[in-house]
Amino acid sequence: MSQTSRYRVSHLAALEAESIFIMREVVAELERPVLLFSGGKDSIVMLRLAEKAFAPARIPFPVMHVDTGHNFPEVLEYRDRRVAHLGLQLVVASVPEALEAGLVREPADGTRNRIQTPVLLSAVEKYRFDALFGGARRDEEKARAKERVFSFRDDFGQWDPKNQRPELWSLYNGRHHPGESIRVFPLSNWTELDVWHYIAAEGLALPEIYYAHEREVVERDGMLYGVNEFFAARADETPFVETVRYRTVGDASCTAAVRSVADTVEKVIEEVAATRITERGATRGDDRVSEAAMEDRKREGYF
Amino acid sequence: MTAPVLEPRTMDLLRFATAGSVDDGKSTLIGRLLYDTKSLFTDQLAAVEAVSLARGDEYTNLALLTDGLRAEREQGITIDVAYRYFATPRRKFIIADTPGHIQYTRNMVTGASTADLALILVDARKGLVEQSRRHAFLCSLLRVPHVVLCVNKMDLVDWSQEVYERIADEFTSFAAKLEAPDLTVIPISALHGDNIVSRSEKTPWYEGPSLLHHLEHVHIASDRNLVDVRFPVQYVIRPQSTTITDYRGYAGQVASGVLKPGDEVMVLPSGFTSRIAAIETADGPVTEAYPPMSVTVRLEDEIDISRGDMICRPHNAPSVGQDIEAMVCWMDETRPLTVGGKYAVKHTTRAARAVVRGLQYRLDVNSLHRDESATQLTLNEIGRIRIRTTLPLLADEYRRNRTTGGFILIDETTNRTVGAAMIIETA
Ligand SMILES: Nc1nc2c(ncn2[C@@H]2O[C@H](COP(=O)(O)OP(=O)(O)O)[C@@H](O)[C@H]2O)c(=O)[nH]1
Ligand SMILES: [Mg+2]
Repeated sequence: MSQTSRYRVSHLAALEAESIFIMREVVAELERPVLLFSGGKDSIVMLRLAEKAFAPARIPFPVMHVDTGHNFPEVLEYRDRRVAHLGLQLVVASVPEALEAGLVREPADGTRNRIQTPVLLSAVEKYRFDALFGGARRDEEKARAKERVFSFRDDFGQWDPKNQRPELWSLYNGRHHPGESIRVFPLSNWTELDVWHYIAAEGLALPEIYYAHEREVVERDGMLYGVNEFFAARADETPFVETVRYRTVGDASCTAAVRSVADTVEKVIEEVAATRITERGATRGDDRVSEAAMEDRKREGYF
Repeated sequence: MTAPVLEPRTMDLLRFATAGSVDDGKSTLIGRLLYDTKSLFTDQLAAVEAVSLARGDEYTNLALLTDGLRAEREQGITIDVAYRYFATPRRKFIIADTPGHIQYTRNMVTGASTADLALILVDARKGLVEQSRRHAFLCSLLRVPHVVLCVNKMDLVDWSQEVYERIADEFTSFAAKLEAPDLTVIPISALHGDNIVSRSEKTPWYEGPSLLHHLEHVHIASDRNLVDVRFPVQYVIRPQSTTITDYRGYAGQVASGVLKPGDEVMVLPSGFTSRIAAIETADGPVTEAYPPMSVTVRLEDEIDISRGDMICRPHNAPSVGQDIEAMVCWMDETRPLTVGGKYAVKHTTRAARAVVRGLQYRLDVNSLHRDESATQLTLNEIGRIRIRTTLPLLADEYRRNRTTGGFILIDETTNRTVGAAMIIETA
């Protein structure tokens, strides 16, 4: 074997090494990190990376779920199982509780995406978290393509895209004043396909809804929404049973499924490699609002 | 239309930065690479088409794909680095799309800092312009190992070999003055796709590879420094557990060199020596660690080691010094760098403070003229400085090691990253 093929590093190994480096930097330099864990595939990968970064010690921070109350039951079960298995502390920032306490008001259209932000921010304040790991990837959305790995947030949790810290080499700057915080995105350079390749390589279990299954759905605005307790068919819509899977897992009232027969990780990889629609474009009603919907939500403190 | 089947086990990773003046065709080229490698999604394209149509653009403006911020779309310019991804069966690519204008030098420096390769575009009709030279200079300053000059819009100069060669010669002789790395010149039409994915019939006189072929095959493995063992200790792993006792592991990412169990090592700044007992990962022990692996090193002896220390070899160590000479690119719009200024320093995993002792000169990035009368550096200016740090840095020359040779300066009041520095020497 030649020198260079001997010391070669696959792209997945390079991405993993970079993400682990990022997580260790945070734990070394910031005081109270927390990992946002929703039970979605990106956060599952992120949690695996955290496990690997600190082994054989336990993950040295808690996880937090911003719970809109509109959950897929399989995902909640998965969340609790995983957290218990790893012996982690779980903080639930609950939108239903915040609604009850009057911290936020239910939007007229019933989608809770936007009101997650104040709930998240008040939990950050309560627990004095100064670093929040998020599973966002730059390939997801054009505003995210511009975001730093260490993304500085002011004491209102806001992102200022025109005022970002330059990020050179692997020298991340996590300095901040009390009350301010850093959002950290260890998966910045991963694509949807990388995530799936990694899930296959690591043999990671996922909530079942990521794989093809039969579900009662309706078609709305060209997307397939599962009919469930948070999403009712309108009078003019006729539900039908379709073989679908979820590409992303978010709020059950606004996350759509895609037609798919991919019922194994290998088939999902094939499907994702061939698909010509982005994951958010295919599944998120909330991003279709405007050209800059994501940028606006991020400015307010959203992930 | 199907995407290439990827080979995750054998694919590697190449990071490249793009540079060029406004309208040289950078966005068109990136759009083309994404489109031709099936990495562009129909909903992204549809969104861009809709916006283009609404704005009355005559053609679908692929620049809208990378210009992701509201202000960028409104002003029709690229303000900040955007990252894009595509893959072929051989490689995954990370593109740092950096704005070309002089007021965005800091963004170009940022994009180039991690790049294996830089793509510099010129418009064949205009030839080399001031910006092309500046981009070439910044690439050499940041030690980007490979540079590709794309002579674009060849369709507008009738695919003239003469035009191409004149530009190629001029750039090659300029680059020679810069200790330039590996340079490749390719005649292309980003708009029509010539010499992008495959060789074009329009340029029978051109013998070289298409751009994508070059990106897929350019040899980057040997760009890594596999000679000097440098392992900055990032974090000490000490499980608080009843089942694992007395475990002490030094976690970090290998900056350079190859580490093996049994190797004799030295720890800086203490100078203590020991041997590597094991190199561990969550997937089990490994027999070798090399860049960019993140691993945990265990030593045979109990010595006091903490974050910011460096594991190296007794006969091949970085310099340990507090007086540092460096080229710095200033990145702060609010306050200039001045002699006497105090800053926080982040170098590898080590934090220190520093005072600027001297500013030897400011460099004109267009003419490379050195202005020795300069008393400050303002936003986007580059100069040679001397600093004194509160703690010794464990450093190499940047030209020898891009990881242990670079550091950032941070304003201690605002906490902003205000300078990017490349070490010339330490004492
Ligand atoms: N004829 C021709 N026009 C091109 C070519 N590449 C880009 N253009 C045009 O040049 C203009 C500027 O391109 P753009 O990609 O926005 O440049 P940028 O400012 O460097 O991103 C657009 O009108 C493009 O259609 C080319 O190879 N041939
Ligand atoms: Mg552009």
